[in-house]
Formats: sequence, structure tokens, C-alpha cells
Amino acid sequence: MTETQHSQAQQIRTDILKMLYGCQSGHPGGSLSVVEILLALYNHVMRYDPANLSWEERDRLVLSKGHGCPALYAVLAQKGFFPRESLWTLRQLGSILQGHPDMRKTPGVDASTGSLGQGMSIAVGYALAGQRAAKPYRVFCVLGDGEAQEGLVWEAAMAAAHYKLNNLTVIMDYNQLQIDGTNDQVMSLGSIQDKFRAFGWETLETDGHDISAIAEVLNRPASDAPRFVLCHTVKGKGVSFMENAVGWHGKPMDQEQFNAAMREMGC
Amino acid sequence: MMADKQSTRVAYGKALAELGAKNEKVLAVDADLAHATMTVDFATQYPDRFYNFGIAESNMMAAASGLANSGYTVFASTFALFGAGRAYEQIRNSICYTHANVKLGLSHAGPSCGEDGGSHQSVEDIALMRVLPDMTVLVPCDAIEMKKAVFAAAEKDGPVYIRTGRLPTDICTAETTPFEIGKAITLREGSDVVIFACGIMVAQALEAAELLAAEGVSAAVVNVHTIKPLDEECVLRMANACGAVVTAEEHSVIGGLGAAIAESLMGKTCASFERVGILDRFGQSGKPQDLFREYGLTSEAIVKACKRVIMQKHASSQQR
Repeated sequence: MTETQHSQAQQIRTDILKMLYGCQSGHPGGSLSVVEILLALYNHVMRYDPANLSWEERDRLVLSKGHGCPALYAVLAQKGFFPRESLWTLRQLGSILQGHPDMRKTPGVDASTGSLGQGMSIAVGYALAGQRAAKPYRVFCVLGDGEAQEGLVWEAAMAAAHYKLNNLTVIMDYNQLQIDGTNDQVMSLGSIQDKFRAFGWETLETDGHDISAIAEVLNRPASDAPRFVLCHTVKGKGVSFMENAVGWHGKPMDQEQFNAAMREMGC
Repeated sequence: MMADKQSTRVAYGKALAELGAKNEKVLAVDADLAHATMTVDFATQYPDRFYNFGIAESNMMAAASGLANSGYTVFASTFALFGAGRAYEQIRNSICYTHANVKLGLSHAGPSCGEDGGSHQSVEDIALMRVLPDMTVLVPCDAIEMKKAVFAAAEKDGPVYIRTGRLPTDICTAETTPFEIGKAITLREGSDVVIFACGIMVAQALEAAELLAAEGVSAAVVNVHTIKPLDEECVLRMANACGAVVTAEEHSVIGGLGAAIAESLMGKTCASFERVGILDRFGQSGKPQDLFREYGLTSEAIVKACKRVIMQKHASSQQR
């Protein structure tokens, strides 16, 4: 990861922390873990045009782990989908930035998600539409790990392989923590890679905090199967007292914690 | 009334295939029930526009939203129970919340699906779909009306629920009967009592009106094919004109047509009121006609309810 990439990630993390401190709610841990995945997508992989939101051939992103949306909003603002000032309205009445992604309110958001497990099925629909119209766009779905406990994820996995949706890539933000504890404490996922392979997917894995490495994996030529990329991440990444801490899934920061986090961002 | 009976699911299948010929943007999806919901007609004629999602209704509904939000008009079908019930939250969050252009043609609703029993007879689908913001709810009364409903649903932007049935039933409307979403149809004028009915109970309501006429009672019959948005103007006008109201539906009396009309009339009319429908029970196996008797979904049950509300009307007018 380059120095520039690091500072880009720091900027997004700073925005996330300010947004969440401002609204005194939201999900810091899973927002911080997904930053590099989103930067790799928006800086090095996806084709999109903030000036032409309905461009049919744009790549689609479905943030299935919708609670990580502060990270997505910060990236979309940086890319010019909406004014940066909107970030400070997160979760407030009338805001274009809802607590979970709403495609009808936020420019650049292609799927309304947050009810865990549904994003992959929506992405299957988008991928089928692209396939049947022979459009060149790709569909990316960012999935949480705990979310894979939903049976719906596996219904979608089966359908994607059945319809040979090689325009679909599912990226798992594998930070191994969920609300009530580690994945293994709550409901063991076993080998996620093996499961997706068994469903007929191409599976890859990478360091989920290395933008270049993520981009390299995502930019590999498509096989004839849907692709699953396991990204090893750290929940709460970048803020020492949040890293790998179960308690920071959905907790607001007090002023002292916010100041400490800002210092770690170099602010 | 025409003699031959047809099921609304067969009419749904034919209409969908016909619609497919006219509109290339129409897709159909099913969950391994194409031969029961009758999307098989569409699937046979347009195999490249049909997706079978297997026995995975929740995935089908969320994927349908993805297809619809890519510019297609998607008809999604399975049994009412497994669509409106099992995939409820996918319909809510992926379809309604995003205003996706998905039409839910869900079949085997109500005890009329017969022998399969209570696990398969949805008595609550209208209630479930009606409470969803942005959802339109259609319950066509016969095969002719079903075709009109399918075409009207395709024309309308956004989610629409269309309830279809397995049992061949009487034809109550004509090809020339106008159909407009949200516009109830007065099939028979009357002055003593008004019967608001939907689905297969419309035929029972018409029969009840005949039986009442033989006893000198004048009953109006209104076909409320659109439960939502309800034709509140018609409902209030007819209720006030007759002073006595009976609703009839092949569905729980909780949350369905009767409830919708009660909610609409509350505080606005002095008309007496009674609901004919399933009284907070599950279905069970049996022949449809036996089940109709067991659950009180008959013209005789409607006649009795009409007599009771007429008596109440007279009693309360005497009190005044």
C-alpha cells in the first residue's frame, strides 16, 4: 500500500469518525474495517460517473453489510456524488444519508440494504439483468461475515452459480466479529472459502486493508463462475481502542474517545 | 352469469403470456411452482425471459427487485403463503422500500386451494400485503377480471400484489366491464344492504343478493377488486345509501377487505356492519365446497349476515 493510499484511507476514517460522533449513533467497527475495500473499488476497479447516475453500463455496488454505510458515504462524497457537507447530516431527519443505505435518497447508492443477507440476492438480480442484456457492467456485493449466518446468503450463492453469473463478485469483510461476540462464539461459519467453493464459486482471498492487493484480485479476468473474495480485515481498524473490540459494533463515542481517535488519525 | 367456471390462476398465466408478447421488458420469475401458479405459459413461450429460482422464495423476491431496478417489469409468483408469508421481509425491504416494479402474482390463496390443508392455505396474505407502504393490493373476482388486473398492474409503476386462486369459479364480470385500479365496481344496485366482496366471494355475494331478492330484500353488490388503494368514496356512498354493510372475503376477517372497509367507515357513517370471512382460524384439508361451509364462506352465510345488519339498522333507527 502506498503512502497516498494510506492517507486516502486516513481521510475516509476521519470522516467516518466525525460523522458518527456527530450523530451519536451508528456503527464504527464495521465502517472502519471496510474502508480499503471501498477505496479499492472506487479508485481502481469500478466504472461509474457521478454526473450520470443512471448510466446503464455503470458497475453496481451493493453494500449488503448496510451498517457500514458511513464508509460508503464518505467515499461517495469524495468522488463527488453529493456535497461533502451532507456527511454531517448522517442519520438526521430529512437527511439524504440514512442510517442504512437507501437508494431512493442517496445519489450513487444502487441498493437499499441493511436487513442482513438480502444484498447478495439483490446483486444476483442486478447481475442477471446485466447478463441477459449483455451489458458489460460488473456487480459487486460487500458482505459482512456474521451476515453469512443468514440462509438467504446461501440461496443467493446457489442461484449465482446456477446462472453462471461471472459478472458478480462478492467481497467479504472478514473481521470475524459480530454484535454478540466473535463469529465462532456466536455461530461458527466454518470455512467460508470451502462453502463458496462447494457452491461452485471461484474463491480468492487477500489482505482487506491493502488497497493494491484488493484491487489486483478484483481486476483479475473473470472465470465462468461468480467470484468470492475473502478480505481479511480488522474490525475498528485504525483506532487502537476499537480494533478487534466486540463492544464497538454500534456504540457512540464520548468526547474523550473522539478526541483520542482523532489524534490517531493525525488530526 | 356464465355457466363455465375458470380459475384465476389459469387466467393469470394466460394473461402473463399475452402480456409477454406485447412487452419485451416483462420478465417472470417463479420458485419451482410454475405449473401451479401457471407462469408455465410464459416460461414456455419466452424461456429466455423466465427465471426459476428453485424452492427459495426469499432469494427470488430480493433478486426480482434487482431485476426490476434494472429496468424490467418483473412478475414474481409462488403460493401466496410462501410469497407474502415466507418472503415478507424481502418484499418489504427490497421491493416496496425501493419502489421496485415487481408484481406479485401469488396463488393458492385461501381455503379454496383445498386438500393441501392449513399449511398451504393463506388466510392472511391480504393483511400482510395491505400494511406495506407503497403496495397496491388486487383481488380479482374471476378469470376475466384477472386478465385486466394483470395488464393494469403492468401499466402501474411500483409494486402490486395480485391474489390468484386454484379453484375454477364462476364468471361474474364481462369483457366489457371496465377495470381501473382503485375503482370498485357496483355489480348490482340495491337499497336495504350493501355487500362489499372481493375474489371468489363476489359470486357468493351475487348469489346471496338473488336469495335476498326472493325474500323481498334489496341488496347491492360491490366488487372491491382493489383492496388498496380502497375506493373510499364508493364505500362511504354505498354504506350511507343502504345503511347496512356486509363484507365478504376468502380471508381472515382480521386485516383484509372487511377490516379495510371498517377502518375507512369508522366515524363516518351510522350504517350497521358485519364481516363474513374466516374467523381467526387456520384452514384444513377438505374439498373446497366442504371448507366453504365449514368456514362460513357461502351465500347462505352472507344472507344471514345481511339480515342481521338490516335488523340492527332498523333497531337503531327506532331508538333514535
